[in-house]
Parts: sequence; structure tokens; C-alpha cells
Amino acid sequence: MIKNECMTVKSQKQIAAAIFELTLSGELVSAMDQPGQFVHLKANDQLDPLLRRPISICSINQDRKEFTMIYRADGKGTKQLSKKKVHETIDVLGPLGNGFPVEEASFGETVLLVGGGIGVPPLYELSKRLKSSGVNVIHILGFQTKQAVFYEAEFAGLGETYIATADGSYGIHGYVTDVITSLENSFTTIYSCGPTMMLRAIEKEYGADKKSLSIT
Amino acid sequence: MNRLSVELPGLSLKTGCFGFGREYSQFYELSKLGAIMIKATTPEPRFGNPTPRVAETAAGMLNAIGLQNPGLKKVISEELPWLTQYDVPVIANIAGSKIEDYTAVAAQISQAPNVRALELNISCPNVKEGGLAFGTIPEVAKEVTKAVKAVSKVPVYVKLSPNVTDIVEMAKAVEAGGADGLTMINTLLGMRLDLRTAKPVLANRSGGLSGPAIKPVAIRMIHEVSQHVSIPIIGMGGINSCEDVIEFLYAGASAVAIGTANFSDPFICSKVIDELPELLDELGIDHLSECIGRSWR
Repeated sequence: MIKNECMTVKSQKQIAAAIFELTLSGELVSAMDQPGQFVHLKANDQLDPLLRRPISICSINQDRKEFTMIYRADGKGTKQLSKKKVHETIDVLGPLGNGFPVEEASFGETVLLVGGGIGVPPLYELSKRLKSSGVNVIHILGFQTKQAVFYEAEFAGLGETYIATADGSYGIHGYVTDVITSLENSFTTIYSCGPTMMLRAIEKEYGADKKSLSIT
Repeated sequence: MNRLSVELPGLSLKTGCFGFGREYSQFYELSKLGAIMIKATTPEPRFGNPTPRVAETAAGMLNAIGLQNPGLKKVISEELPWLTQYDVPVIANIAGSKIEDYTAVAAQISQAPNVRALELNISCPNVKEGGLAFGTIPEVAKEVTKAVKAVSKVPVYVKLSPNVTDIVEMAKAVEAGGADGLTMINTLLGMRLDLRTAKPVLANRSGGLSGPAIKPVAIRMIHEVSQHVSIPIIGMGGINSCEDVIEFLYAGASAVAIGTANFSDPFICSKVIDELPELLDELGIDHLSECIGRSWR
């Protein structure tokens, strides 16, 4: 059920270059029942910018009625959002979109979670859910450069985690696809979210022979 | 008493507020709306323009969708039957690139049981083959109106373009062509350029500007046209609140439609309908119809 609510800012902090982590609380959280969905935020209550900003859900905490988003502030709307302080409210519409199919992976299986840049955040809630149902998760996260890397420790807390940077300034020098190729583990399913080029490369390489490929 | 009801050719409306679209059924009961104006139908399916085809502007947005639609056959077999589950009249927007396109769609779509009126789209700025010519040359507009009137089973409203020198002349021409009403205004032609490439943001280069930014233009045009024609006007162009609705009626519209505001607030039509009576109280108005043309009466 899609709801519309003015939710309260619980925390907001910059966690990488132009990357912000924002936690909101409110009743709307009760409608968030699958990982990989997104919400539409209004940057302010004026007419400019006119449209809402789509931001993916990074993690959900039902007990505290809170959810967390990670977004890049590089346009007019997201820059305004990044200025919101604790106790201020934000107009939220959601949850929207189709989540990742968690049920594709079962107990004891090994799956790959492959993310690129601002496509990384929705994989976090997905990873928590998979881990709690006994699925072995391996994360491969790609970023442009060292300053753009975030949530390495959080993902590492759930499973094996590889970081790749395009300029080689941190972790493995190269793209996520290079890391997948070099993996020795066998895996049955890939869940992925990121830039279209990255998704195309993964689909081309693994679309045919893996049990399941979920890309967004 | 229903203080928001409106009687128009072919349309007995519960409220003078129109909504938009199938996706909105998940937000509120569509039967609450006075009517639904569906997106343009053309004889054949159209995939529309290449992307990007939407660009935000200050208090508005540019779009160059290019009349994307599944085509007449599918609209009649799927879209319209789906809407019959709601007790809400449909105003079907029809478009084409030649007169025969308009008459072909009009003849068939006007027979659908829930289609109570047609909206003749002679003002789409995003279609190269003639769409805009129909809306900018009075004689051509009159001719296409006449041709559609001859085949339609329901009243015909003509959607006017603001991208003309004299909109009154256009309004008079389609009235002479037999139009039962007018809908106005369509979007204003606009463009945005990318700071890094210096090229247009939209793949179509230009697009139609809608949203609160164009409201004063719509008000001025409705104010002028309504004093020169005797057919009713359905007003649109940047409506975002109850206050806007009243302003459009004061200008001379008999009913209003909301488009762009649905994108940022999918509940907007429902909210406006709920909140209008309170505003009428505040203004000392018994019935919405008392507002029509108040600015010049």
C-alpha cells in the first residue's frame, strides 16, 4: 500500500564525497516489506523543484519505525535534501517499485550481490534479509574512486566483501565484472543494482547460465 | 446539495474537477472525480519521442512525450473497458497527423459506453507531422472540428494551443466549426539547454511547458476567450490547489482539469475536491457555478 506522510528526520550525515545517509521515522515504514523498493521525496514545500526525488531504501527498522536512505547530493533537489536537519520533516510517498525476489535464494546457497555507485544502497537491506534466512552472501561493490566508497564495514559485517574502484585508488583496480571473473567461489544467483552499462555487462556474461539474475 | 456539480455538453459532473490516468486508482477511489481525461489516442500505436523527454524547470516541467499511446484498437479493447469499473465519465483525447486520423479515431472511440465527450487534440507541440498546424491556422482548426463533429456520437471539445498570436480567433474558428466546448490551455513551447554540452536537454530539442509556471498565461487566455465565445471552457494549466480552481472559474472556465500536479502529489484531485467546500464557505459562495466568469461579469 502506497502512503504519503510527512516523516521526521532522525539523522543525516555525510558518509563519502557528496554521499549522504538520511534516516527518517514515521508510520509509513510499516508498509515497507521488501528490499529494493524506493520512495519519492519532496525536497521542500515550495514549487521549485516541482517534482519528487526517487531515492532507494537502504535499510528498514520496523521496531523503531525508521528507514535509512543513502543518496548523492548533486542536483538542486538532493542538495536541498542534504541540508535537512534532525527534527525537520520531509514529505515522503512510498514505498514504490518492485523489490528484489528474496525467495530466489534458499538456505545454504551462495549468492552474489553486485552494486555500482549509488546502486549499492538497496543491496544492504537485501543482504540483511538473505543473511537472516541462512543464505551465504558475497558483496562486490564498485565505485569511481576512494572518496566515493561507503558502507564497506556494514557489508563486511554480513559477508565477504570486495571493493573495486575504477581509478584503482582503493581496493581492486577495475570494474565489478573483473572481480566476479576472478572469484573462486561458486554461486547460484546474482542480485545487482547500478549503472546501466554495469548491468548490461553482467547480463551478457551471466544472464544465460546462472539459476537466477535479478537486476535493477 | 452538491456544491461542486457541473452540467456541460455530454457531461453531468459530480464535481467540476477532472483527474488523469490509470495508475492513480491505487491512491484513491477514481469515482470521486468528475471525469477522467485520458491521454491522446491515435489510429496506430505510437512509441513517442526518444528520451530524455521530460525536463524540470522552475515551478514547471517540459515534456516531449510525442503522443505515446497503444493505438485505437487497444484503447477500445483494454483501456476503456478497464475504466468502466469506476462510475466516472471519460473524456477521450484524440490526435492524429491528418484529418482522416481524427475522424477514424472519433468515429470509433465515441461509441465506447463510458466515453461521454471527445477532446480534440489540435495543439500538441511535440509531433512534427501537422499536429500543431491544426491548432495554429484558424481555417484548418475549423475544418478538422467540423469533420470530427460529423462522425462523433458524443460532444466534441477542442483543446486550444497557447502558441498562437490570437487565441480568440482560434476559439471563434472552432466554435464556428461546431465545437461543443473548449479545453485550454495546452502546454507552452519551451526549451532547456545542458550546461556542459550546450545542447538541448530534451532529445526532441523543444517541449511543452506545464505546471504552476504557466498558470497566469492560462488565466489571461481563458479570461479573454470566455468573453468572446458562448461555448463552455474546461480550464487547465498549472492548477495546484483549491485557490487555483476558483481563479480559473473566475477567469471564465466552467470546470477544471489537473495534469502536472498529479506527478508531485498523486492525491491532489482528491484533496482539491475535499477542500473546495471550505474555501467556498470562506468566500461566501454557495455553489461553484457562481464563480464562472466573475472576473468580467
